[in-house]
Amino acid sequence: MEFIIDKQNVKVTVVRDFAARPEKVWEAWTDSKILDQWWAPKPWKARTKHIDFRTGGYWLYAMVGPEGEEHWSRADFLSVENLKSFYGRDSFCDAEGNINNDFPVSEWKVTFTGKGNSTSVTIEIEYEKLADLEKYIEMGFREGFTSALGNLDEILNK
Amino acid sequence: MRRDIFRALADPTRREILEMLAVRKMTPNQVAECFESSRQAVSKHLKILQECRALTGERVGREIYYQINPAKFGEIEKWIEKLRLMFEERFGELDKILSGANPGISKKKGR
Repeated sequence: MEFIIDKQNVKVTVVRDFAARPEKVWEAWTDSKILDQWWAPKPWKARTKHIDFRTGGYWLYAMVGPEGEEHWSRADFLSVENLKSFYGRDSFCDAEGNINNDFPVSEWKVTFTGKGNSTSVTIEIEYEKLADLEKYIEMGFREGFTSALGNLDEILNK
Repeated sequence: MRRDIFRALADPTRREILEMLAVRKMTPNQVAECFESSRQAVSKHLKILQECRALTGERVGREIYYQINPAKFGEIEKWIEKLRLMFEERFGELDKILSGANPGISKKKGR
């Protein structure tokens, strides 16, 4: 996996190859039944409430914790080119999908490139400012994306 | 306002200052001479960098010499590593699904 952080442009680029054909990888990224199985790292689970995977549509889902706690997110699809790429805006929201503007918004572009029987996926995530990226990861920590993560504020302010 | 390293790094002049100080220790005057902006402006940048502990100052006689604080930058690298691990973990799960270990994915595409 390639992983590049461009601090100047507040952009994260991740490139990862998957051992499956583009149709299958695309399906795993766009079908909520499959997304719910992998999008949330353990012990959290993603649970889709609504998905309409086309330009102008959106995905509303909760990250559900081991104690049943819920963190809602919403991805608005600004453009979808079937089997090739999609571009969208990610926000934090409530269970009804009302966007919470106190939290950072990021724009994601995900591109799928077939290479025979495998597929290379490029994810480009852009934030408005570096502090937003910091906040996003801090929240990711709280949602349990990885275990044993300290509180970012503590790390940064000690 | 809370001073954090990410806000400090968001400014291009401060990034330039850090790059200079990564190479050698410098006094505020020496730093200011490298920039068009006023001495006060540079001094403010140094203050912000020092508040978030990106710099440490060492007093030698009447002069203060600034240098970057490598420990602080180690923290950023750790933080970035955590983001990387977050993606690795997710994609590991996706690999399992794609390899067919999971019955959830449709088989129709292969025909």
